[in-house]
Amino acid sequence: MRGITKRFGAFTANDDVTLGLSPGEIHALLGENGAGKSTLVKMLYGLLAPTEGEILWNGEPIKLANPNAARALGIGMVFQHFSLFDNLTVAENIALVMPKAERLEDVPAKIDQISRAYGMGLEPNRPVWSLSAGERQRIEIARALLQDPKVLILDEPTSVLTPQEAEKLFETLDRLKAEGRALLYISHHLEEVKRLCERATILRRGKVMGTCDPQIETARSMAALMVGTQIAEVRAAGKHSLGKDRLVVANLNAPSPTLHGVALKNVSLSVRGGEVFGIAGVAGNGQSELFASLSGETLANEAGAILIDGKPVGTLDISERRALDAGFVPEERNGHAAAPDFTLSDNIVLTGHGSDGLTQAGFINGAKALEKSQKVIAAFDVRTGSPDPLARTLSGGNLQKFVVGREILREPALLIINQPTWGVDALAAATIRQALLDLCARGAALLIISQDLDELFEISDRIAVIHTGTLSEALPARSTTREAIGLLMAGMGEGDSHAH
Amino acid sequence: MRIDLEARAQRSTLREILAPVGAMIVAIIIGGIVVSLMGISPIAAGNVYFIEPLSQSYSLQAIAVKATPLVLIAVGLTFCYRANLWNIGAEGQFIAGGALGGWLGLLTNGGAMQDTLGGWWILPAMLIMGALGGVLYGLIPALLRIKLNVSEILTSLMLVYVAQLGLDWLVRGPWKDPAGHNLPVSVNFDPEATLPILFDGGSLHLGVLLAPIVVIIAAIVFSKTLFGFQVRLVGSSPRAARFGGFNDSTIAIAAFAISGGLAGLAGVIEVSGKIGQLIPSISPGYGFSAIIVAFLGRLHPVGALIAGLVLALTFVGGEDAQIALHLPGDMTLAFQGVLLICVLAADVLARYRLKFSMGAAA
Repeated sequence: MRGITKRFGAFTANDDVTLGLSPGEIHALLGENGAGKSTLVKMLYGLLAPTEGEILWNGEPIKLANPNAARALGIGMVFQHFSLFDNLTVAENIALVMPKAERLEDVPAKIDQISRAYGMGLEPNRPVWSLSAGERQRIEIARALLQDPKVLILDEPTSVLTPQEAEKLFETLDRLKAEGRALLYISHHLEEVKRLCERATILRRGKVMGTCDPQIETARSMAALMVGTQIAEVRAAGKHSLGKDRLVVANLNAPSPTLHGVALKNVSLSVRGGEVFGIAGVAGNGQSELFASLSGETLANEAGAILIDGKPVGTLDISERRALDAGFVPEERNGHAAAPDFTLSDNIVLTGHGSDGLTQAGFINGAKALEKSQKVIAAFDVRTGSPDPLARTLSGGNLQKFVVGREILREPALLIINQPTWGVDALAAATIRQALLDLCARGAALLIISQDLDELFEISDRIAVIHTGTLSEALPARSTTREAIGLLMAGMGEGDSHAH
Repeated sequence: MRIDLEARAQRSTLREILAPVGAMIVAIIIGGIVVSLMGISPIAAGNVYFIEPLSQSYSLQAIAVKATPLVLIAVGLTFCYRANLWNIGAEGQFIAGGALGGWLGLLTNGGAMQDTLGGWWILPAMLIMGALGGVLYGLIPALLRIKLNVSEILTSLMLVYVAQLGLDWLVRGPWKDPAGHNLPVSVNFDPEATLPILFDGGSLHLGVLLAPIVVIIAAIVFSKTLFGFQVRLVGSSPRAARFGGFNDSTIAIAAFAISGGLAGLAGVIEVSGKIGQLIPSISPGYGFSAIIVAFLGRLHPVGALIAGLVLALTFVGGEDAQIALHLPGDMTLAFQGVLLICVLAADVLARYRLKFSMGAAA
């Protein structure tokens, strides 16, 4: 790709980007959210057309009108979010995107062949809903490989994998590289890039900041190129005194809310004031169900299953739990933590209407809501285009800072937060983690559910793992290895020997 | 060739306000074409439909009188539709209100129940009973939806026919005027049970004043109160609403109660202010036309007021066109249907752009 520029109106997403891919290399594309990585690869995959510049294929300029044209040339892509139908089998999902001439009966044999060649262990006739995230991702990769691509683009492929699953993916990628294919690997995770890639192109605000050899650079120096400023190391939790139990969960059981959901089984934990309790786990193992039970969006059968500051709250709703100084931040920003078509000040009212003088006799105090939202915007450096924009116009990182900041400024005694920095750029993630630790140092109890092990090890005092709705014993973060947590995440903890 | 709908990156307030205006223009053009195919000059028809009613005092009054039920019902429907509840049974709630309120008019007929207190209490009580009838009738689909998860679209629509046939039976049976030559009509209400006319010789009655008052209150509730916030939130982001601690069942009950109550109020105003007795059919389809009013008014109370006047114009113009041009009365309903389709299409085009692309689907 040479001199690629892409403009959307007045906004320049990519500015004179040049990027070369050679056969037999894994090339990293690094950048923060909004740096222009997705726009760039969409042009390479024929989903967007460049405003200026050209794409060269073996030296010849080419025009990619649509993804079909890209696939015909031999460019494949594995997207960050899976596009699979849960109720169909592996083979049916793959057959959906095959040329019309292919027959469904022939697909399983082809999948077997690919699966064996790359050690993917796919069973063509399993329904997708019964598979783990790692297996689902392998379907996506197999789907791309059936087209025999020369170039394969992978967008944040490890974001939902356990360390062991990620290692398995890396072996597959190494094998693809050895076959002489060119891989473009998009990631935030600098350690992975160091593990896999010989070259890395770093984008910031649509411009190439440089190309480097990840084997030589340190993770910190690459991160500095990515975000433009040196990221301060998050201050360690340090030695602050632990208070009394703020949150106690005792033998919480909850049936699965949906057909493919997860039931919670005998979940017990306790979090003290001044403590960060981390819950690790692969996505879809009961995290959202646990969050819903703790927040009160799903009520427990027994009041005593959940205690906040010693008070049984299992049958109280979310507003009543908020009134006991609890704060909640769910995983999904748009549509759950915030109403996307409402302004930021309206979104202050969303969780603050029961307190803070935001309502008087049923009327909303709009001025007060605006004042509070301005406070959050200022305190958490939320970048907005106008003073009180609609929530959905904010980028992911900025909206996340807003919904976390909204709760933190209420000074909760207990904060329960699901995936605090998911899909958020490094700078915003550091801001959020620091704010969480500061809140904890002021005596609040924090329960953090996260898929990001680095994050949990960085800020937690104790870590437990959730797997198929069961919570493991909490382990002290200082004296536990990533491998031990990784095994628990894969369901291979002690006393739980059955494989998944 | 393939046509795709592509979401527009920016929502534009101007585009959303202009969308219904553009829809009106397209609907008028389509109406003109249909009329000219029937051998009538579209210019003359346009004149009869839209210009003449606006130029005479009696027809202006008629527009206000017809707009009153449309606006009242549409404001109520706005609450339902904003909360993503599809009440299309306002016609039935209108009839239920008219019947229950009108019943009091029948009970007090001929000075009955007025010996001790006099007659001052009858009109307010009729209005309250009318609203109550609509509330109770509207709560049926709401409760069925909450308790048994039955689609409110089906139940509210089917209950319209129950109400229509119920009133028909009442007027032909128990409520029939014994001295009415066996016609299916009730007795005429006493003056104490009739909404007074505002100006001598006109048709403008006291009920007309209620519509703007309701619009103002609803607009304030909608934009300034926590309840209005909840209604908008439940419809726009149900999951965020639950996270906020708002109960969507409560909102569903409240929205249907408001919607039914305003439709019932409109019903009793129509019966007491305009008809003056109970007859088998008290509505020319106000409850259905109000659906168009609600959407044409951008699901906003003030918009409903404007849209209600526009739709009332098509009713009055349609009546004039029947007389002057011998156009069938159903033309009015057909035109309203075309208008609704155009409004909904314009809504889509305000949010998405059409993208034409060559080649097969990816």
